[in-house]
Amino acid sequence: MKAKLQFDFLVDKDNSTLTIRREFAAPRQLVWDCHTRHELLEQWFAPKPFTARTRSMDFREGGHWHYAMVDPEGKEYWGYTEYVSISPIDGYVSLDGFSDASGALNPDLPRARWDVTFTESAGRSLVQTIVAYDSLADLETVLQMGMQEGLTATLEQLDALLPTLDT
Amino acid sequence: MKRDIFQAIADPTRRAIMVLIAIHAMTPNAIAEHFDISRQATSRHIRILNECGLLAQEKSGREIHYQLKLEKMSEIDMWLEQFRKHWEARYSNLDSLLANLNGDTA
Repeated sequence: MKAKLQFDFLVDKDNSTLTIRREFAAPRQLVWDCHTRHELLEQWFAPKPFTARTRSMDFREGGHWHYAMVDPEGKEYWGYTEYVSISPIDGYVSLDGFSDASGALNPDLPRARWDVTFTESAGRSLVQTIVAYDSLADLETVLQMGMQEGLTATLEQLDALLPTLDT
Repeated sequence: MKRDIFQAIADPTRRAIMVLIAIHAMTPNAIAEHFDISRQATSRHIRILNECGLLAQEKSGREIHYQLKLEKMSEIDMWLEQFRKHWEARYSNLDSLLANLNGDTA
């Protein structure tokens, strides 16, 4: 029997934060490993149809994860996460930014501070991620950009779809 | 029933309808001609789009023309909904991975 796992996604426009809470039916150590070891992290971090590929990872304070989200055509979207503070296995704080293939951060795009905490009760683990931007303007920039990418992706799907419909 | 924009874009036919009527206003019959689906199915899609607040209506004689309200498409909520789906999908991957690592004893 699969019990329903809690999932919350809260948007606070006043504080420019997103709060994501999710329960997992696994011990906290294992959930922690899946967040902090690249060979595990890259197996789940990218939502389908994307896949995640690690260029380099050094999980320590001041270290980083340099990775690409790869779409089915092989196009790479680079990200660079810098680890600010780490307390195994309670949580870590990181700065998540957009970069290029060399790991150079894109200075035009805002970085978000991720505060990820891991708790456990009754055999379940709860992961809370608070994604905070410096300002509402930063949040809006990322939202607008994501929306454009989302719309582009939707339109590309439509390009493939329309010939099959317009008979 | 309260509907949100994500319900509109979740269906591929509705997305295709949205693209069609983003360019110019069309009657339901004209929309239906573009798709290999019934007139009733087209009406249902139009009704859902309308309930999502995405359609502007224009009457000429007995015919109603529908056009997409483009400004609704730029709502941040739409992106947020995609972002929420993104996290849902990501965590569903993690569920599978954890089950594998756990030896699927749960």
